[in-house]
Amino acid sequence: MIGKKKLWVQILIIILLVLGTAWAGFPILWMLLNSFKPNSEIFAWPPTWISENFSLDAYKAIFTNPEQVRFFMNSYAISAIVVVVTLVIGILAAYSFSRFDFPGKRVINTIIVAVQAVPPITLLIPYMSLIVSLKLFNTYGALVLTYMVFTLPYAILMLTGYFNTLPKDLDEAVMIDGGTRFKALWSVLVPPSVPGLVSVGMYTFMQAWNEYLFALALTKTNDMRTVPVGINLLMGQHAYEWNQMMAMSVLGSLPILFLFLFFQKYFIAGMTAGSVKN
Amino acid sequence: MAKGKKVITPYLYLLPTIVLMCILLIIPIVMVISYSFYDNVIINKNPVFVGLKNYATVLTDPTFLVAIKNTLLFVLISIVAHFLIGMLFAMLLNTRYLGITAKGIFRVIYALPWMFTASVIAIVWRMMLNPNGVLNFLMMNAGIISEKVEWLASRDVALSAVTVINIWSGYPFYMISILAGLQGISMDLYEASALDGANAVQTFFRITIPQLKPILVSLLMLDFVWTLQQFALIWMTTGGGPVNATETISTYIYKQGFSKYQYSMASAGAVILLIICTIIGIFYVRQQKAGD
Repeated sequence: MIGKKKLWVQILIIILLVLGTAWAGFPILWMLLNSFKPNSEIFAWPPTWISENFSLDAYKAIFTNPEQVRFFMNSYAISAIVVVVTLVIGILAAYSFSRFDFPGKRVINTIIVAVQAVPPITLLIPYMSLIVSLKLFNTYGALVLTYMVFTLPYAILMLTGYFNTLPKDLDEAVMIDGGTRFKALWSVLVPPSVPGLVSVGMYTFMQAWNEYLFALALTKTNDMRTVPVGINLLMGQHAYEWNQMMAMSVLGSLPILFLFLFFQKYFIAGMTAGSVKN
Repeated sequence: MAKGKKVITPYLYLLPTIVLMCILLIIPIVMVISYSFYDNVIINKNPVFVGLKNYATVLTDPTFLVAIKNTLLFVLISIVAHFLIGMLFAMLLNTRYLGITAKGIFRVIYALPWMFTASVIAIVWRMMLNPNGVLNFLMMNAGIISEKVEWLASRDVALSAVTVINIWSGYPFYMISILAGLQGISMDLYEASALDGANAVQTFFRITIPQLKPILVSLLMLDFVWTLQQFALIWMTTGGGPVNATETISTYIYKQGFSKYQYSMASAGAVILLIICTIIGIFYVRQQKAGD
């Protein structure tokens, strides 16, 4: 009886695992397969799975087109700047939240938690005039600053949590020895928080790399476009070069996939910090 | 002197944050609210104060009402499906029938959709949902449909198609969070439940769900707000069309502002969206504080 029940459960689990794999993995597999096909085969009926005309032409086309290489440079540069600046400002703010009690702390904290609920599109309308008057329209600055409105609060909340787990004696010892608070923060609190910084950094990178709305509206010329906007531009310009769009999608997804596959623990910690409390 | 310095120290550390949040969060919110009470903002140098007229116009615009209906359907179906699929996959990955290696591999596969940006997801699904695409081929062969369906170009099915795409792209967030929650439930509780003679279904509703409740509430609220604001995916698959079959509040606001240059109307729509999100946000903040 028990053996029968177990067998039945095992079969059900195997069926679910297979269905789940098809559901989650098929679109990604199809993207990958189509990036190696000639454009004429994309909508072949019946579809070809692995093309007889397998080629890397679509990837070559992307790498030899300076305009498209530029999308990647922009995305890497903007995401890297956002990560570094978010971490530096986030560490300073988290130190303040973790080590001090001061008037206004609760108000600032509430604003920071609430940012997660502010729709980007609501901010975009005033940004159109604000970013123009700050002379930042169509620059990296426009994207870096506006992305930080969303990346910084998350970083502060997570880093405050990390700093709270470190005893106050640590930084007080540095100050008794004549060191400054600033030195105590960077020499004593930051080093043991590196795992937290990695998680926050990866989550921040992902947010910046994936952002679409601000990148679409706050940049104008093709030399300022990022990958998410650039993929869509391929559609109009080259009359649906599907294989190239797939190649660019694969290339545009690699950085996040790399982070996820090789730093899974940190990646998941950053991803779940907003909903899961330990 | 020393005391005065001590008082301002926490604010010095917070200074960059406060400056950034003032200029790029607080001021813009004040600006968008004030825009919504004026006529022809941004374009006209001297806009006229019109009170609530923009709100009246937006709230009686049939397109906006369709957008609200579409948004509600899109959001509710998405979050229910996200929850069910996320829960199912998390339970599947948490069974003792799977070895550690198998769990690791399937966890990576099931989490994959989360790793792709909206424009990639949009373009891949547009390719698959093309009338000559692979999904029509597979479904016709399986006998599910009898002729090629224009999934994203037909008014009858476009909203469902876009919702399915959104479900695909969003469930891993639930799965990963729930999995983390499941692993935090003490085995003692399950053993006690088994000693009481509870079956699997009873244990699920008496132990698993109550233990996961704080996570589930956070997830549902975050997802509600995120899905409500979903713009990129809809914009790049259907652009709100055909006609306005997939028009949502976000695409409506974007079109008012950036296609028609009706920034006042866009602002009124944006403030309405902000109010809805703020209400959910307040509940979220309370929930987070209660968890501390």
